[in-house]
Amino acid sequence: MNKTWNNKAWWMVVPVVLLVAFSAIIPLMTVVNYAFQDTFGNNEFYWVGIEWFEDLMESDRFFDALQRNILFSCIILAIEVPLGIMIALSLPKSGWKVNVYLVLMALPLLIPWNVVGTIWQVFSRTDIGLLGNTLVSLGFDYNYTRDVLDAWITIVAMDVWHWTSLVVLLSYSGLVAIPEAYFQAARIDGASKWATFRYIQLPKMRGVLTIAILLRFMDSFKIYTEPMVLTGGGPGNSTTFMSIDLVKMAIGQFDLGPAAAMSLVYFMIILLICYAFFTVVTNMDKAETKTGGAS
Amino acid sequence: MSQIGFSLKPKRAFAWSGLVPVVYIIFLMIPLYWLLNTSFKTNQEILGAFTLWPKNFTWDNYLTIFTEPVWRAGYINSITYVVLNTLISLVVALPAAYAFSRYNFLGDKHLFFWLLTNRMAPSAVFVLPFFQLYSSVGLIDTHIAVAIAHTLFNLPLAVWILEGFMSGIPREVDETAYIDGYSFPKFFVRIFMPLIKSGIGVAAFFCFMFSWVELLIARTLTITEAKPISAVLTRTVTGEGVDWGLIAAAGILTIVPGALVIYFVRNYIAKGFALGRV
Amino acid sequence: MDLSWMAWTTPVAIFFVVLVCLITAMGIWEYFQPGGGPRVGWLRFETTRGDRLFLSILSAGFINLGWIRWTDQSLWWALALSIIWAVFIYRKC
Repeated sequence: MNKTWNNKAWWMVVPVVLLVAFSAIIPLMTVVNYAFQDTFGNNEFYWVGIEWFEDLMESDRFFDALQRNILFSCIILAIEVPLGIMIALSLPKSGWKVNVYLVLMALPLLIPWNVVGTIWQVFSRTDIGLLGNTLVSLGFDYNYTRDVLDAWITIVAMDVWHWTSLVVLLSYSGLVAIPEAYFQAARIDGASKWATFRYIQLPKMRGVLTIAILLRFMDSFKIYTEPMVLTGGGPGNSTTFMSIDLVKMAIGQFDLGPAAAMSLVYFMIILLICYAFFTVVTNMDKAETKTGGAS
Repeated sequence: MSQIGFSLKPKRAFAWSGLVPVVYIIFLMIPLYWLLNTSFKTNQEILGAFTLWPKNFTWDNYLTIFTEPVWRAGYINSITYVVLNTLISLVVALPAAYAFSRYNFLGDKHLFFWLLTNRMAPSAVFVLPFFQLYSSVGLIDTHIAVAIAHTLFNLPLAVWILEGFMSGIPREVDETAYIDGYSFPKFFVRIFMPLIKSGIGVAAFFCFMFSWVELLIARTLTITEAKPISAVLTRTVTGEGVDWGLIAAAGILTIVPGALVIYFVRNYIAKGFALGRV
Repeated sequence: MDLSWMAWTTPVAIFFVVLVCLITAMGIWEYFQPGGGPRVGWLRFETTRGDRLFLSILSAGFINLGWIRWTDQSLWWALALSIIWAVFIYRKC
């Protein structure tokens, strides 16, 4: 679409900018200030230079949390994306069943995040939970509060439970948008199911899938509430993701300076990923308008 | 036209692929069932005997919640700020999305990027000075404070979704209306908004959703007066001798508003996701 | 309104003033020469002036962090390195 150049359009954007800036820029400036100072409360601050950044960069605590974040994001992407596509492919294209399926599938998305944690706590505790109790009585040595691997499996299962539906809904909407003519052509050519998927459905889903992957990556990268409720970051520090560590530092120990320094580094990583996200999406839009706007 | 699935050989493949969503939904429902099951049990039964359905069926947990003012207030608080946030987000995002979809202006791309970074950034990054910030403007522990704070991620989202829908409306519509003598506000409310009403529905759905599920910011900005239901829930968890039945019942009740919202927008869900702008 | 909780210090204030000046300057530049001179460079995607500024500032941040992690030298060296890198980005990206 050809847009006209008009700087008066700024006036329509000003309220958004003001509202978001109030909650984004003022806190961010404050965080930068905190990151270079130490405090003992009462709004008294002492300049400490880059001490907090040195602590952060030279200890393993931050990098361990970062590694956990990356590992977690990779695992859930590797599970949720193929699973989501598979489920979307198996959904019928129309009929009352689809509506029922979609409503039921969307349900986990609307549950408050700490309740998601609670649900999985109630579900997988070995004393009161269906999953925990069943596994233990089957002879497995399962205990997500003590065993690192069990904790990870439970958190991954929780995330798959919580968010796969998003991938399903996105892929499904991409699939529905494919005109029936493509399938008829494939049938006439005698294309196999795999060939149809590989050469018709997958390319047509590329747009929504890119967005699904990037969104799931971003959201899993900032995960906080669900594992916080479920494991509290334990056993040990094995499920302490960056957000959890940050909040522990800031609110739990009230170490404003180190927490602020960590916030900034975290924010820089997010900015980098977000920039990649934005570039990919805008280039995709551009490519689409060039090829005749197949939305 | 008859119902055509995505598979090419409907007859043989259908039986198998038809099972996949059912299995997945069963997987989704089991933990929910367990929560429901727990909410109808007494604490003795929850901790004592392992039962697949409540042996001593009880409404007590729900009764406690409905009679205790803290819980009831929690619900009302949550719904109040969520609705406020959805309204603010939509009213402010509509003109902005129009600007982004119709005009090029100074720094528009970078502005859009900056807005999106706020959607993507973890709340934990900003939340550190939130208490002081909102205290200094005298808004701490009010519904409006949470509503404004949640615009941090909901406004960019709403602008993004609405911009997608608006770009689908041809410019000729605007131009014809201006030629017919409509002023901009009149055109926007009378002609343009009805055209993108599914987009507004989808944006409202997501604003509601993300404001409803968020806890960290809401908990930071409230003390007692505006404490959301999810925060009430966590306070109970930390108490000695966890009351699992009560927690389960409260959990079930927090799912209800979400379920209602999904039911009302069920026809828009697929459409909204089709734009991929979540 | 009491703003002491923001704990402003001179260096941070200078940082933000410089940042605001940079953005304003880019805005003025953009106003007189709209479009931002998009081109596809070393990064293989289209970048405008604003993108290049953003990338250089962000990578300056990462260069400084890396410097803190892997060396004990003064951070001014890292700053110098960031400026060289920024020049590279401006010419090649």
